[in-house]
Amino acid sequence: MSTATATAGAPAKAATGEGRIGPRANLRHIGALARRNMLQIKQDPESMFDAVLMPVIFILLFTYVFGGSIGGKGNEREYLNYLVPGLMAMMGMNISMAVGTGINDDFKKGVMDRFRTMPIARSSVLVAKIVVEVGRMLIATSILLGMGFALGLTVSTSVLHLLAAVALSMVFGASLMWIFILLGLTMKTPQAVQGIAMIVLMPLQFGSSIFAPTTNMPGWLEAFTEYNPLSNLADAARHLIRGGPVAHSVWMVLAWSVAITAVTAPLAVSRFRRKT
Amino acid sequence: MTRNNTSGSGGNAVEVRGLVKHFGATKALDGVDLDVREGTVLGVLGPNGAGKTTLVRALSTLIRPDAGTARVAGYDVLTQPRQLRRVIGLTGQYASVDEKLSGFENLYMIGRLLDLSRKDARRRAEAMLERFSLTEAAKRPAMQYSGGMRRRLDLAASMIGRPAVLYLDEPTTGLDPRTRNEVWEEVQRMVAEGATVLLTTQYMEEAEQLAQELTVIDRGRVIAGGRVDELKAKVGGRTLVIRPADRGELPRMVGALAQAGLDGVTGATADEAEGTVSVPLLSDEQLTAVIGLLGERGFAVADISTHLPSLDEVFLAVTGQKASAPADRNDTDALQEVAA
Repeated sequence: MSTATATAGAPAKAATGEGRIGPRANLRHIGALARRNMLQIKQDPESMFDAVLMPVIFILLFTYVFGGSIGGKGNEREYLNYLVPGLMAMMGMNISMAVGTGINDDFKKGVMDRFRTMPIARSSVLVAKIVVEVGRMLIATSILLGMGFALGLTVSTSVLHLLAAVALSMVFGASLMWIFILLGLTMKTPQAVQGIAMIVLMPLQFGSSIFAPTTNMPGWLEAFTEYNPLSNLADAARHLIRGGPVAHSVWMVLAWSVAITAVTAPLAVSRFRRKT
Repeated sequence: MTRNNTSGSGGNAVEVRGLVKHFGATKALDGVDLDVREGTVLGVLGPNGAGKTTLVRALSTLIRPDAGTARVAGYDVLTQPRQLRRVIGLTGQYASVDEKLSGFENLYMIGRLLDLSRKDARRRAEAMLERFSLTEAAKRPAMQYSGGMRRRLDLAASMIGRPAVLYLDEPTTGLDPRTRNEVWEEVQRMVAEGATVLLTTQYMEEAEQLAQELTVIDRGRVIAGGRVDELKAKVGGRTLVIRPADRGELPRMVGALAQAGLDGVTGATADEAEGTVSVPLLSDEQLTAVIGLLGERGFAVADISTHLPSLDEVFLAVTGQKASAPADRNDTDALQEVAA
């Protein structure tokens, strides 16, 4: 057995920088940890319920409850075309919320201690989680679009535009995950994470253009929706799929994504590092 | 028993000097010094909350000590945590494996995180499963494992990277005697293969089985240390307890043992309340001699057993006082959990 025999008296191996983790090794670690997260899902298929059922329930509920009033009775299809791009924004938010509770739960397990005593970048545990959650988000969005097409959604631009809308909501969703990871690392219980998340999410989701055009809202609320990134994302996806000016809303979403990630990702990683 | 006391290269795989860690007002570590010689097992003996787990966490870079220094395999805990993580393995009191993953997947993942190629990670995982008798259970999720299997998987996970220094934090706490023996055998095997082990335990018996040297800690301080046989001489070894079938025989039995002239068997005492005779034992030969004597003299014996000194007796012997009250310890535990 090739046990290393370095001793306190012979720190020859302790060359500076030796402990650094190269980009290729980092990718390999993220891959191994992402595999872990996927195997967890395989072991516990119920954890996919949110990604699979939420889009189905939301699309049916909103189309048939509000569709008649907003689009006109018997004219739900028109509302459907308005709603589905908005729901794409909402899916991202709801899935990323689950990351926070998941991270919080994971921390109660001894396996985190093992990761933290291993020669891997500590961020790789978090990045792997995000990779897998983006995958879950993609599944939820595909189901949403599948349902939408079945109910009569039409793309009036091109497939490329549709894919761009999907990609944009993934980018934004991934940036949101850092917020929820930070929350998950800060709060004591998964329940607390969920509680806080709901308080923040409800106004953001409904005070936006996801479900209804903002022009009929009171002025102050309309002003709020202007800066609500969920509105920006809903508008961007809507215009990409249904046609319309996209530049402003797309840039807004990208700017929000970069800003959120730039602020919360380092905080989350340092929080993760300090957590003992 | 594997005791390679002789690996006398003299190098210390672990050197700890003045290590301090406070959680609020609680001094979990209050200036700990200890050395573990390369290729040996150091037993760290102490009650719950003595600071054993804090020590292991500090030495495995999970917490930053407030003061003092520690070097492991030549690497400084504070300034070279990344290098240090390459040479250590940790098996804690609570199994640190992913319960939802199978035994194989757990070990494969660890192999990949240690930069083994896919093929090597698979091979190594299979070899370790085989070695720890988990091959049959390899595909089952760890949550379905028994306590002993889980602990073995945990040990296997710690061994994937062939660590130079292995920390075992109360590796047999909560295990049944049979499983405990299995874990002991594995530890002895690892040491025979050259690993250096720092073992924390609450049991004198475990320390005696596995360790060559012993450090006794309480309330974050080292209160005694030395070779196991030295400490044993101080504390006293095993005690033979004999229960005659007839209580009336107690005085006669004590007398017979005292008169037999067996070397060392002079301290035989009768416990009237229990109806037993206690004989301090210094060797296995003595045990045989005493039993032979009882048979020769025709004593009817109802029960006979040997006892190792308990942790409390060790404390009493090395410090002249009882181990700190459990109430204090709970506070420390609670604080450590909050900090965790």
